[in-house]
Formats: sequence, C-alpha cells, structure tokens
Amino acid sequence: MRVGVFICHCGNNIAGTIDVARVAEETRKIPGVVYATTYMYTCSEPGQEEIKEAIKREGLDRVVVAACSPRMHEMTFRRTVEKAGLNRYFFEMANIREHISWVGEDKEFNTRKAIDVVRMAVAKVMQNRPLFSSSFKINKRVLVMGGGVAGMQAALDCADGGLEVVIVEKSQSIGGMMARLDKTFPTIDCSICILGPKMVDVAQHEKIKLYAYSEIDEIKGYVGNYQVKIRKKATYVDWSKCTGCGACMEKCPSKNAYDYFNFGVAPTKAINIPFPQAIPKKAKIDPNYCRQFTKGKCGVCAKICPTKAIDYEMKDEIITEEVGAIIVATGYSLIDMDMLPEYGGGRYPDVISGIQYERLLNASGPTAGHIERPSDHEEPKTIVFVSCAGSRDKSIGIPYCSNFCCMYIAKQAILTKDHISDSQSYVFYMDIRSPGKGYDEFTRRAQEEYGVHYIRGRVSRIYPKGKKLVVRGADTLLGTQVEIEADLVVLATAVISNKDAAYMAEKLHISYDTFGFYVESHPKLRPVETNTSGVFLAGACQGPKDIPASVGQGSAAASKILALFSGETLESDPAVARVNINACVGCLKCVKTCPFGAIKEKELRDGRVVADVIETVCAGCGVCTSTCPCGAIQLQHFTDNQILAEVNALCLI
Amino acid sequence: MDAINLTIIDRNFIELVKKESGENPYLCYQCGNCTAGCPYTTFFDYPVSQIMRLLQTGQKDIILNSRAIWVCATCETCTTRCPCQIDVAHIMDTLRIIARRENRVSEKDIKLFYDEFLSSMAKYGRIYELGLLLGYNIKSGHIMTDADLGPKVLTKGKIHFLPKKIKGRDKVSKIFERFKDRTRRDGR
Repeated sequence: MRVGVFICHCGNNIAGTIDVARVAEETRKIPGVVYATTYMYTCSEPGQEEIKEAIKREGLDRVVVAACSPRMHEMTFRRTVEKAGLNRYFFEMANIREHISWVGEDKEFNTRKAIDVVRMAVAKVMQNRPLFSSSFKINKRVLVMGGGVAGMQAALDCADGGLEVVIVEKSQSIGGMMARLDKTFPTIDCSICILGPKMVDVAQHEKIKLYAYSEIDEIKGYVGNYQVKIRKKATYVDWSKCTGCGACMEKCPSKNAYDYFNFGVAPTKAINIPFPQAIPKKAKIDPNYCRQFTKGKCGVCAKICPTKAIDYEMKDEIITEEVGAIIVATGYSLIDMDMLPEYGGGRYPDVISGIQYERLLNASGPTAGHIERPSDHEEPKTIVFVSCAGSRDKSIGIPYCSNFCCMYIAKQAILTKDHISDSQSYVFYMDIRSPGKGYDEFTRRAQEEYGVHYIRGRVSRIYPKGKKLVVRGADTLLGTQVEIEADLVVLATAVISNKDAAYMAEKLHISYDTFGFYVESHPKLRPVETNTSGVFLAGACQGPKDIPASVGQGSAAASKILALFSGETLESDPAVARVNINACVGCLKCVKTCPFGAIKEKELRDGRVVADVIETVCAGCGVCTSTCPCGAIQLQHFTDNQILAEVNALCLI
Repeated sequence: MDAINLTIIDRNFIELVKKESGENPYLCYQCGNCTAGCPYTTFFDYPVSQIMRLLQTGQKDIILNSRAIWVCATCETCTTRCPCQIDVAHIMDTLRIIARRENRVSEKDIKLFYDEFLSSMAKYGRIYELGLLLGYNIKSGHIMTDADLGPKVLTKGKIHFLPKKIKGRDKVSKIFERFKDRTRRDGR
C-alpha cells in the first residue's frame, strides 16, 4: 500500500501554531507512507494539481490530507483523488485546524497532537475499501411547511419552476404574520394589498395543493422520497360546500371566542372566517366556544348555512403525500406580555403588544382601523412605544435582538400621527437598529417629520394613575429619570420560536438552537440548507427576520430545490450500514433502534431471518452498529476495524 | 465635567471591583433600566447607569468621590430590573466599601449613620433605636433632627428608653469579631 500525505499550512491558520514541516517529517516514518509534503493552500487549484501529480508520480493508492474540517473540503479532495483515478473513499481527511491549530496555543503540543491525528488518518485510510454510490429515482414534489410570506414565495417559485408543491398551513388561512400587518416599512405600502395577490396566486396555481388548518403528523423517508402524513384537522364545516358567505358568522350566538388572528384584541364568534382576504375563505368552528359543543344544543349555523356545509360530526382526516424535498417555513411567535410583569401587559388593558396595535391600525381589524384604547374605546392622544420588551434581556432568557421591532415601531408611530393628528408618540429605545435599504432614513423621518419623541433608555415600570398609565423610564442621554403619562402603551414584544419548533425539528431530523430556531448548514455560505439533505429553511423559523429577508430566503430555498431536482436521479451515499448475513443471528435489535426505520427483517431461502438495510433510507448514523451484539451490521467507511485501527494508531505507539 | 482622558484605563480598579463584588461591569450595555427604577436618583450626583459607565472606563476618582455611592439605599430595584443580570446594588455596595477603606467619604453623615447602626448591633445584638438616634444626632451635630417625633413614637411604644435584652447577644458580637479578624488577616 502506498499512502501519500499532504499537510496544509492554510496560510497561518495551521502553520501559525503547528510545525507542519515536522509533522511531514514524522509522517514519513509511518509504515505505508511513501510520500509526505506540506503545501501553503492545499485546497487551491495548484494544491489539488500537486495531489493529482503525486498520485501518478509516486504511484499512490491512498491519500490523506491534513487540513481543515472534512465539512469544509472533504468533497473537494474526494473529487481530486477520483480525477486521478482512485476510488473517492481511498481518501481521508485529518482535521488539524478546527481541532488543533485554532484551539490550542502551545506549538509543541499542537505539533505532537497533529502527528497523532495524521497517524490515525493513515491507519484508517489503509483499512478503507472502495465504495460506489448508486443512483435512485426522485419524486420531484415539494412540501412547504407554513403558508406565511416565506413559505408562499418558496411555493410559488418552485411551482413556477415546474415542480408540484404541497403547502401545509397550521391555521385556517395562509398569509401568516404579514396578513395581520397594516402597513409595511419603509414604504408604508398596505401589507395585505401586496400580499393578497400572492395569496391568490398560491390558491390558483395549478401546481400548488393547499392544505389549510392542517398539521404534519409524520415524516418518513429521505431526500428524493419522503412520505408525509398530513392531519387535516376537523373544521366542522365542509369546505367543499362552504362559499365563505359569512352568514353563519353573523348569526352565531357565541360572541366571546378568542380571536387568534387578531391576537385577542377583541372577541370573535365561535364560527368565523379570520379576515376578508382569507385564503381559503372558509368558515371554521372553534369547539371550545361553540354552543353545540359546549352545551350540546344550538345549531344556528347549521340552520342558516345556505349550502348545508356545517358538520358537527366531522373528524380529523389523515392524508399521505409523497414528496422529494421539504421547505420549512414555520415562522415565529411572540412572547406573552405576562413575562414582563413590571409593564403590566395583560393586567392593564391599555398596555398592548405591537402586533395587537397593528390590528387596531388595520382597516379590517376589530376597530375598523380606528385607534381606540381597549379599556374605554377612547382615542388615545399620548402613546408610548417600548422597544426591546423582552428582547436583549438575558434575565428572561432572550439575549438576542428581535430584528424588526425598531422599524415597525417607527412605522406605527408614523401611522399614529396619520390617524390622530393631535397625538404625541414617544419611543423608548436602547439602540435604533435600522441597517436595511432606506431603513435609517425611515426612522429619522419619524423623528424629523412626524415629531415622534425618541428617548434613549429603558422603561422600568408602568402603573395606572386614574385613566392614564404612568411610564417611568430613563433618558440615559440626559442622565435622568423620565415619566410620561400615557393613554396607551405599546410593547414591542420579543420574537421567539414556535412552541412546537423542537418537536418539528425532531420529526425532520434537523438541528435547532437554544432558542428553538432552526440551524442552517452554514451561517454564511449555506444559509437555507440544513444538515439533513432535502430539507431547507425559509423565513423566521431560522431566526427573527423581516419581510424582505423572508421573501429572499423563500426564493433561495426554492432555487436550491430546483437545482437539486434538475436531474432525474440522485446519487446515494454508500457510507451506510450493511449486514453480514453470515454473522447476523436475527435478533433484530437493530430494527428497533434504527431512528430512521431503515432496517427491515428479511427471510433467507433457508428460512433464517436476518436484518436487511434499505440503503436509500439509512442515514449512516451508526446506532445499529453499536447495538448489534455480534458485529454483523457494519457502517461502511466507519467499520469497527477502521475505527479500531485509528484507536490502535493513537494508543499503541 | 472636564474631558476624561481615556488613554489609560485604570484596569486595576476595574479588576478590584470585579473581584470584590463578583460582578462583571462589562455585561452592562447602558440601557438605563437601573436609573429608570432608582427611587433615589434625584439625590445622586451621577445616576447609577452613569456610575456603571464610569466603572467600565475605570474612573476611580470620580466614582469614589461621588455622592451617589453613599446615597444609594441598596433597595436593589436596579438589581431586579437589570436585563443583564448584574447585581448593581452589590457593585454600589462594593464601591462604598472601597471608598471607605481609602478614606474617601463624600457623605460623612451617612457613613456616621452606618457606623452607629453597626456599633449598636455589635453591642446589643439588635438595634437600640434611642441610643442610635441620640448617638447619631450628637455626633453629626444635627442635634434636633427628628426630635419633634420623639414624644409621638415614645408614647406609641415604637421605641423604648432602654435597649431590649435579647438571647445570644454574645453570638452576634462574635460575628463582628470574626469579621474584624478576617479583614485584619486579609490585610485591609
């Protein structure tokens, strides 16, 4: 066996704290190594040429590159050795950058550790076997989870690109958070006026199938071939008959249902259509408030419905859809105001959240666009906006910035002046974060043209005084305490992930951070991919994001899928588990432990039962190999022998 | 205020406060919530958020000569409100202790009250209010301060002529002894 080792300087990244020349020198002494050299940037084109030439010149049949993480460049070098005629699995990468040079300062120690790591890689590569990937057919349909603006954009782009799309939306209508907004910054164009046409496009696109008021029950499969179980939740209204006329909503006697769409600004009816532009524009019964469900008798809506669409006996329905890729665009939530007891949101009716104020401003909201105090329906004259209500607050576990509050507060303050010309708005802020195009000019305009008074400081306390609310805060620029007697206080409540974000992540096998936001594959270079191939991210489920960024990400995710589906087949990864049927005793423990359901039992011709791996489903996690009592199931490219060779190289010398 | 020279930041002072308080002043991002809630900020020469900023820039002299660190009542509203979870009141306390150690007391009366309070504690195991008031009034020279309240509180039984005898007086004074021993050992 003739192993060649290439040690990368990576500029100073590696050579700065590792004596690469000594690593090469020591490497040459390892039995089997016939060639070892160092190179400034091994990943560069001349660096790769050097590898190819050395393979021919020195007759190498195995290659080790000691450089960065395999996540960076393993594929690069696999292609390099393949071009030089070797099987791509006759290559190993020793990570001496992320694991050594970047984390240790002691050059002597680092160098010794690097030698050990290279020795392990050499031992492993000498045990490697050639592996070949097979190709499999793909199902070119796309599942989009979430019908907010990000999901809609992704769906439309995929559909326009010729792919069939299935949208699953949790609530009754698509549109998401954007459908609730009144105007959008920094142009103050009407939110639903620009979103509405997109919603209609989604509804009318022949390639898009929409499941509203539905949830994902189960996801099985792998890139190119997913089976998704969708639960169509019972709406108690037959949507094939419902025309959205709204007669039921008018006559419904249960008037105190919680209005999820309006964030509880005002109550709604137990049967309702959330907003005039809803898509689908169909009614739904809330069984927690409907008298037919709570008291067992009523039936007013069933009587009034001209198309006889009401069905109190309706049950959830499970539908299975087959898709090849998934776009996760599940959006975000906002904290409850109870998390900030010093501000009294929830206790004092005139302390409301930003999204509630948005509904008060909105012409299709509960007040038909007239700003009223929730307590006495009077027009407020002094309005205080509190930014960072929960954001950037480690004490409640939200250290991050919610991204778009600075901008929407400026917008709401401007709109307030438009609605009530003799009003005065105040904004408490810590920093004004307005780095987008035209954003800073917008916040300046609020102050210069609309006379919004910005106060640099946080609010300590809000308490009632007669009909007013006293807002006690600081003006740190003046270095004093300040007090405002307000009629209405608007809290820019912090953005958080959805309650079931972690649960969904586990179903999708994708990672999420401490706060429940989904983690992209690379924060800069792979911003819409996840570490699970075939699953992509769009919108605020990945982190707080405004509309332009969400739309951009939706389109980006769609373009990734269009590229993925540009061929008829995909190549499978051969580094999967394989069963040695001669050693398998048929205990089938592996079947139970496999988290992907990739192992099935198989009866051989002699009647013996053994485990059998479905290659395309196996994700190569290795759980089965550590479960198998007789070592019969082995993960290719990470076999027991290969790993033991590494351990021996490290421990026996 | 004169221009503050930031060329050399007094790291030793910052480290000292860090060590003695166990708090990291660099967690502060100057939101001003401590000042916003402070009930005594009217009487401060520097509001508490500015004390934090002065501390971040190592302005030892300004801080230790300030009135604010003495007027602070340690009500801990700042600590409760701080989104960065800094125990601001504890930092104020620490600054007061350092100022005292360096004999820089900008508010002599407040120091005197602390001293009288603690010596009353050491002596009687709990506060002997009348003794404390008389001691403070005489030593501070404000002999008649609150004297008009005397008859009222005496007749209502709020304060007593003689100190209350409580159990374990000696144990309380031992706490004071232990503290004195330790500060002596630490070389303060």
